[in-house]
Amino acid sequence: MDTKKSTGFKRQKVISSLLVNGALILICLIWILPTIGIFITSWRDSQDIFTTGWWTVFPHQTYVNSSQIHIDPSVDVNSAMSIPGAPGKYTFEQLRAGVKLPNGTQLTWFGNKRTRLIDVAKLQWVGFSTSLTTKNYTDVLSNNNVNYTDANGNNIVRQGDNLFGAFLNSVAVAVPATIIPILIAAFAAYGFAWLNFPGRKFFFTIVVALLVVPLQIALVPIVQDYTKLDLNGTYLAIWLAHTGFGLPLAVYLLFNYISGLPREILESCFIDGASSFTIFTRLILPLSIPALASFAIFQFLWVWNDYLVALVFLGSKTLVLTVTLANMVGEKGQDWQLLTSGAFISMLLPLAVFFALQRFFVRGLLAGSVKG
Amino acid sequence: MEINNGIKPKPGGGFLGWFAAGLGRILVSIFVPLITFLVLWQGFIFLRNSQAPQIVLVLVAIIWGVGGVALLFTVSNWLIEQLPKEWSRRILPFVFVGPALAILAWFLLIPTFRTLYDSFMDANSFHFVGMANYIYAFTNPIMLEAFRNNLLWLIFGTSFSVGMGLLIAVLADRSSFESVYKAIIFMPMAISFVGAGVIWKFIYAYNGTGSGIQQTGLLNAIVVALGGAPQAWLELAPWNNFLLIIIMVWLQTGYSMVILSSAIKGVPADLMEASRIDGASEIQAFFRITIPYIQGTLLTVTTTILIFSLKLFDIVRVMTGGNSGTNVIANEFYLERFTFGDAGRAAAIAVVLLIAVVPVMIYNLRSFRESKAF
Repeated sequence: MDTKKSTGFKRQKVISSLLVNGALILICLIWILPTIGIFITSWRDSQDIFTTGWWTVFPHQTYVNSSQIHIDPSVDVNSAMSIPGAPGKYTFEQLRAGVKLPNGTQLTWFGNKRTRLIDVAKLQWVGFSTSLTTKNYTDVLSNNNVNYTDANGNNIVRQGDNLFGAFLNSVAVAVPATIIPILIAAFAAYGFAWLNFPGRKFFFTIVVALLVVPLQIALVPIVQDYTKLDLNGTYLAIWLAHTGFGLPLAVYLLFNYISGLPREILESCFIDGASSFTIFTRLILPLSIPALASFAIFQFLWVWNDYLVALVFLGSKTLVLTVTLANMVGEKGQDWQLLTSGAFISMLLPLAVFFALQRFFVRGLLAGSVKG
Repeated sequence: MEINNGIKPKPGGGFLGWFAAGLGRILVSIFVPLITFLVLWQGFIFLRNSQAPQIVLVLVAIIWGVGGVALLFTVSNWLIEQLPKEWSRRILPFVFVGPALAILAWFLLIPTFRTLYDSFMDANSFHFVGMANYIYAFTNPIMLEAFRNNLLWLIFGTSFSVGMGLLIAVLADRSSFESVYKAIIFMPMAISFVGAGVIWKFIYAYNGTGSGIQQTGLLNAIVVALGGAPQAWLELAPWNNFLLIIIMVWLQTGYSMVILSSAIKGVPADLMEASRIDGASEIQAFFRITIPYIQGTLLTVTTTILIFSLKLFDIVRVMTGGNSGTNVIANEFYLERFTFGDAGRAAAIAVVLLIAVVPVMIYNLRSFRESKAF
């Protein structure tokens, strides 16, 4: 009796585990399908992209042309006609749209009425597509002229999108725009946590208040300032902007961490006569590495993926990946071979950082939202 | 970093010692900041005007930017330490918090008031126009449409992101492959909105109709396979708003899932065990124990995503440019300022955004005061 009950319980457990995993696998498939779609597309030939969906690279059943029927010139194509090997009569319009015969073949009129050609296609299994290419990537990275075939079969020559240059610019923007706010915020967090000065609480209250201020509020005045200072379009301009917009969260997060460090360690250092600066560089910074790393990933992903700030402050000489990609969507909305490979190039570095340092990233998110 | 320890004048030591301690100290105090400034200025001019190969510029820029900030901190600290001890003790905290406060003031605090001022001025910020910009913001049909769409984003974007995140967090908690599932759902967080725009534009792609034309967009291919007619989805008002909202849900569910998942793991196991012994079903336990236990986190996640959808810009900008009835407030702000050049109206729209987040700001301030961190 007892064992029977426990096997029933076990079976119930297995069923519920199957249900849970099944639901999760389904959700995950839906979640990852869009990314897989552009990843596969980015390796396909431009002509293939325009004519068939990316899923056709997988084995599937499709109609493959096996032969052609030539309609005798004596047949009137303006009325229903009988086709050799097919029961019944079909009009040109029906044939143009494709007629499926009972024996599984499909008849499709080729071109206009004057061709008098009918494609005969049979349903067949097609294996994995092997016509993959790296041309899309070399095209989109290049700054020279590239040529490709468009949807209508025309050969198009145009300048490449220089994504390699945009990639370098993104690095030049994102690395300092990550490190500078962290450095400034770490100094400030230490000051707020361990040094005494008039207005300490007041200033920190301002930091907390600024946490949720939308950056739109600052864009117009800052653009005016930059125009006066002749800073528009420089790296310095965008570093400072990202520093300004990222600082409230950075100071807040690092303050929470640094103020929680054990008081005894710091006091013993003060007694030994170490200066605040020495304590900060030798003790606080190394001890705060987990918090610094969490925020660094957060800020790096934010800056790398940012579009609005880069759009407003960067000139045409220093275009970053997001802006270049968005311009491509606007100008070349149908050139999927360039858009998909470009999108994938823009995702490479953040995805690598993300998967390598996911643990730190999650910790940063938790610290930033549960407390904020 | 060694500078502050290296130059500590020793009393005595003959003429050379006296010279170094006295005159040298003053001279060095003047020259070090001067040289620092010159080096940084030259770096800036080089970066702005140089025609060097891009890779060189990028490397110089990174070293100049990061090194420059470190150098400024080191030098200003060193300068302060040259002062008499009482003075240096008083000024030093401001070397630490000063730069952060200055940048916050320049980039957020003062602009808030300047934008407030601009919002009462005309397009070029020359003449006072009273409430005209606000009247425009609340009565213009384009703005009203943007408000309606933002409301859709706030309601549906937030509830689906939080709802899906909660569902996945609860399900994944019961699976042994939790980390794999979570990594997949979380992955879009690393993708830019522009990149996500390309990804989803490809899904919604419409190739037109006609014989021999195959739909290469996934959505249209599915619709055709089910016997429907392909659509130009992104022009299909008002449903296109929901198609754009799906993109945000795709991006943000990972965030709410991660936060909620860690909160669910914090629910005491014996509490759940006790409810099972009392005969509560899984669903009862979820609504009676888990939800009340994580409601604080639920509130934080919801607020974060609400603020996020309020400021949403990139997705709309890339996917439709705000056309076909998909405009949102942040996009209208961008258009007013950078396309139509009307600083007054743009400022008024920004102030509307700010007012919308004021409740959250007050809540943050209140919980900060209660936390007694100071």
